[in-house]
Amino acid sequence: MNGSGATLVLVVLVGVLAGTGVTLLLERSLTRILLGVVLLGNGVNLLILLGGRSGDAPVVGTAPVDRMSDALPQAMVLTAIVITFGLTAFLLAVAYRSWYLTGNDEVQDDLEDRQVAELAARNELPARDLGGEGPDGDPEQVDPEPHLRRQHRGETP
Amino acid sequence: MTGYGPLVPLPVVVPLLGAALTLLLANRPRLQRAVSVAVLAVTLVVAVVLLVEAYRHGPVVVSIGGWPPPVGIVLVADQLAALMLVVSSAVTLCVLLYSIGQGRGDIGESAPVTIYHPTYLVLTAGVTNAFLAGDLFNLFVGFEILLAASFVLITLGGTEGRIRSGSTYVVVSILSSMIFLAGVGLVYAATGTLNMAQLAGRLDALPDDVRLALQLTLLLAFGIKAAVFPLSAWLPDSYPTAPAPVTAVFAGLLTKVGVYAVIRTETLLFPGGDVAGLLMVVAALTMVVGILGAVAQSDMKRLFSFTLVSHIGYMIFGVALSSVAGLSGAIFYVVHHITIQTTLFLVAGLVEARAGSTDLRRLGGLARVAPLLGILFFVPAMNLAGIPPLSGFLGKLGLLQAGVGEGGVLPWVLVAAGTATSLLTLYVASRVWNIAFWRAPQLVATDPPTRLPTLMVGATTALVALGLVLTVAAGPLFGVTTDAATDLRARTPYVRAVLPGGAP
Repeated sequence: MNGSGATLVLVVLVGVLAGTGVTLLLERSLTRILLGVVLLGNGVNLLILLGGRSGDAPVVGTAPVDRMSDALPQAMVLTAIVITFGLTAFLLAVAYRSWYLTGNDEVQDDLEDRQVAELAARNELPARDLGGEGPDGDPEQVDPEPHLRRQHRGETP
Repeated sequence: MTGYGPLVPLPVVVPLLGAALTLLLANRPRLQRAVSVAVLAVTLVVAVVLLVEAYRHGPVVVSIGGWPPPVGIVLVADQLAALMLVVSSAVTLCVLLYSIGQGRGDIGESAPVTIYHPTYLVLTAGVTNAFLAGDLFNLFVGFEILLAASFVLITLGGTEGRIRSGSTYVVVSILSSMIFLAGVGLVYAATGTLNMAQLAGRLDALPDDVRLALQLTLLLAFGIKAAVFPLSAWLPDSYPTAPAPVTAVFAGLLTKVGVYAVIRTETLLFPGGDVAGLLMVVAALTMVVGILGAVAQSDMKRLFSFTLVSHIGYMIFGVALSSVAGLSGAIFYVVHHITIQTTLFLVAGLVEARAGSTDLRRLGGLARVAPLLGILFFVPAMNLAGIPPLSGFLGKLGLLQAGVGEGGVLPWVLVAAGTATSLLTLYVASRVWNIAFWRAPQLVATDPPTRLPTLMVGATTALVALGLVLTVAAGPLFGVTTDAATDLRARTPYVRAVLPGGAP
């Protein structure tokens, strides 16, 4: 065993990267979120690297086996870097498209959700499930134009 | 090792090759469609063969590249994985046929539709890879494949609404992947392996606090993907704006991959422990909060997104019980729910195609103008609510029986929450029925009278029929899920199949 490779500097670095990354993720602007993803991704990748022991390059014949570093975390980090890179690129494209369409890159609220909340504040149903039949209506008969009859009765549709 | 080993990678490799081929055939739409259908049909056949083999002779294992397990990557098709494969390939095939029938109608005029088929196949490959993965990192890769494909599908066409909801989805998914990746890194640092069979032994040897920390990290990541209550807010916001077939396949499969990962970690990696109580609380909240959200909605697609979240609670309920009966009920429920939820979203797509909207405020009288559509909606909606004798009823009954059998305060609370959720689901389903199908026609509901493409209706009918088959074949199916649950609880069949010489 040649040391776990986790020096204090690296551990602190992982913490700082993850911390700033999360802080940026909490922002509304997609560009900042993107930067947050990049920082957080790098932090996590470094964290994986810390999981294996450090040492000489793990190539057979170049160093004694017990002084070699652990190759597996390195392989995983390479894969993870590629994946993070791809996802970041996609997020960048989304941010650009959002800016192109709306003039800003802010993540917007869910309109429908707000509508439901407003209905609830006014204590109203989202949609009547009673249909168009009034007290004088024939329940067997499907009413073709309920809105006209409601007007006729002086109700607002 | 049986002779079926070489079949195991096919559900991953065939869709990936198919994706490449369909990309090359971008200018030949007819051929492209034929290739996609053929690819998914082959996947379905292979999945069925694997399920039969796993049921008869235990897990089918293959080491990629011939490297023996702890060093190389293994793909494992045990009964749970194979069952998931069968259901997911059947559902993806139906949804593909539906989207072919739909043509380019909903996807958007200027959308690059040629990209749809390759991306869809990549999504399938990601899902199957996640089901078959025998080590944690490969599971992560499977998740990333399906996420990357789902990003493209959810923002297809790049319209303003899709970009808005897509950006939420993308950011939340990336965050959950980061947490998962950190979890993988920490598991490796603690145990020195990522092979799940080997982890089963090595995690047991860890101190309890380290084990708990690892478990919670992984559960957090999978909880976001599975949309378990406090982590579910992203789902109803992002799913409904995508094209109907995309929403359907997302709703059916993607959250269930998260549930599958939860089942794997809770049974194979971290059996027992203190987390069961937490899972029960979360399951009850997911069921109740989800369905209360559905009650308030006025759009069909959004409403079904909320029932989707709500019914994830049933599966977590079964996993949290961690008895054979509970796990068996959870697996049965996953199978049932993949089918039914996908069907309902496809029906919502049909309603949109027929009436021009899924907004309940504008719909009405559909039962009169489109009786077949009414039946196609009514059967799965009642199935979702759990009306006997349909499979939804059987699945819920299995789970409730398991909860009662467990005894204790929390399981009884869950049984009560499960029953209340079932009733509220019935309320929601009948509300949609009353408004959209039964009340007098509204202003924009019925004109212009469009004919629905036969293939769309056919694919939806096939899925409704599959839901009914689940009901008729519930006995044998419960046999398979109980067998799978027994194996999951015992852990040894999986471990021995992957590492015949014992864990090094």
